[in-house]
Amino acid sequence: MKVFRNNLIRLTRPPLPPQVKDDAVHVRIRDVNKNYGDHHVLKGVSLDIYRGKTNLIIGPSGSGKTVLMRQLIRLEKPDSGELLVNGVDFAKLEGLNLAAMRRTFGMVFQMSALFDSMTVFDNVAFPVREHTDLSRKEVRDRVMDRLSALGVAGAAHKLPAQLSGGMQKRVAVARAMILESEILIYDEPTTGLDPITTEMVDDLITEAEELFGVTSIVISHDMASVVRIADHLSFLHLGEITATGTPQELLHSEHPATAEFMRASRISLD
Amino acid sequence: MTDAAPTASATPEKRSKLRAAGHDAGEWLFGVLLSPFVEISALFKLLWEALFWGVRPPYRGRLFVEAMEFIGIGSIFLVSLTAVFVGGVLALQLVDGFRDFGAENQTGAVIGLALAREVGPVFAALMVTSRAGSAMTTELGSMRVTNQIDALVTMAVNPVQYLVVPRLVAGFVMVPVLTMLFNVVGVMGAFFVAVALLGLDPGVFMDRLKWLVDWDDLSQGLIKAMVFGVAVTLIACRQGFYAEGGAAGVGRATNRAVVQSAIAILMLDYLVTSLVLGEGFF
Repeated sequence: MKVFRNNLIRLTRPPLPPQVKDDAVHVRIRDVNKNYGDHHVLKGVSLDIYRGKTNLIIGPSGSGKTVLMRQLIRLEKPDSGELLVNGVDFAKLEGLNLAAMRRTFGMVFQMSALFDSMTVFDNVAFPVREHTDLSRKEVRDRVMDRLSALGVAGAAHKLPAQLSGGMQKRVAVARAMILESEILIYDEPTTGLDPITTEMVDDLITEAEELFGVTSIVISHDMASVVRIADHLSFLHLGEITATGTPQELLHSEHPATAEFMRASRISLD
Repeated sequence: MTDAAPTASATPEKRSKLRAAGHDAGEWLFGVLLSPFVEISALFKLLWEALFWGVRPPYRGRLFVEAMEFIGIGSIFLVSLTAVFVGGVLALQLVDGFRDFGAENQTGAVIGLALAREVGPVFAALMVTSRAGSAMTTELGSMRVTNQIDALVTMAVNPVQYLVVPRLVAGFVMVPVLTMLFNVVGVMGAFFVAVALLGLDPGVFMDRLKWLVDWDDLSQGLIKAMVFGVAVTLIACRQGFYAEGGAAGVGRATNRAVVQSAIAILMLDYLVTSLVLGEGFF
């Protein structure tokens, strides 16, 4: 029944355009605009997300980081602009092709967004059961493998509410990675966490990158984390990218808002 | 002359304030008058989406069974309890009223007719609203404000197909089943009060009931129950699915869902009755 169901979906979906997977730039965001009524939130955002790197998008509160994230994962459709993922314009896709392309991304929400009525095991198994024809044993093996790799196998039969914030993040990463997505997006992963858990989450992001070879996109304004994990930084200010580069380059940015943010963060790369 | 200047400048300022207040009041009134239409169009949009996604694979049988179990099996006790007392109180009132002109023998017939056509579907739907509808809104609302619905989208699972369709189907199927249960238990409650407590002849009670109530009466009630089932679950899902504003927002959405469902049941009751009977249109 499940095989029939999945084949039916595959047959009814028009083929995706060919993807380019050997480019150093994994995602090209070009001239993305988003308005809410009269409020112009994203004003022609353009930036590159590098393959296999930890790419951070930083900026003060209200700068449009979360709105940009919502466009990037197509929770919302940009008013204009391109989101080229492996060379395919994600912004233009609709229906079953959009659903298929979404599997390129894994998403770790700020509050983890685990399904609170399901156990940890069922949360992580959910995408596998929805999108593959694997047998029960294969699903169990794959889920337990991921949970073990992230150090939460012991919590498999617990409910999310019984876990600490850090463990919930680990489970969320396991769920986001279970379909071997190429890109993992973290929305403010360390907001509201204590310093020890923050460090744990930072380690988790680099660990996921090393373990699964993913491209990470982290939306954050926690500069201590930024310095620890960033390979590439983009600074978003009032809906515009005002600076991009390595943490070192951004620290010496001459753009007033970027410089002010860096100065106020009191970070040092020494 | 020197006093005239401030007075003259104050008047246009006052006027512009009045104009602004009038404009705000107008906007508020427009919003209030428009809101029912906005709400109804949002409901139809969600219904359309549910129909669109409901016929497409994947078909998740387990979710349908779970929703039916929650709406149907979970409401059996509440519906039965309500039915016993509604049937009982109807018997009390009718026997008391009919005795004045010696027509208490008709009690069974009138109770059967009232339950089958009106009281059964309306009460069953109201009970489903208060128990399952409010819970559905709270559950979906919590999922919305904690990004669980967004998480479904990012995992390429359509949330309307996954969350709304099974509940709508369950409402459509289970409210008529609960209505039948209400009718049966209601008649039993009425029979007990009328026969055991008020001394009516059991044979006459049942004979009159069978004489007056036929399949048309039952089917009228079942048609209403199907309509109510869809309406109640649709309203509950719509309010939960688009809830915003954290825990307080979920509370407000639940409140709206229960009030709107109760109003919808009574309005649709009139509409369906007039359509079935072919009279009573404005």
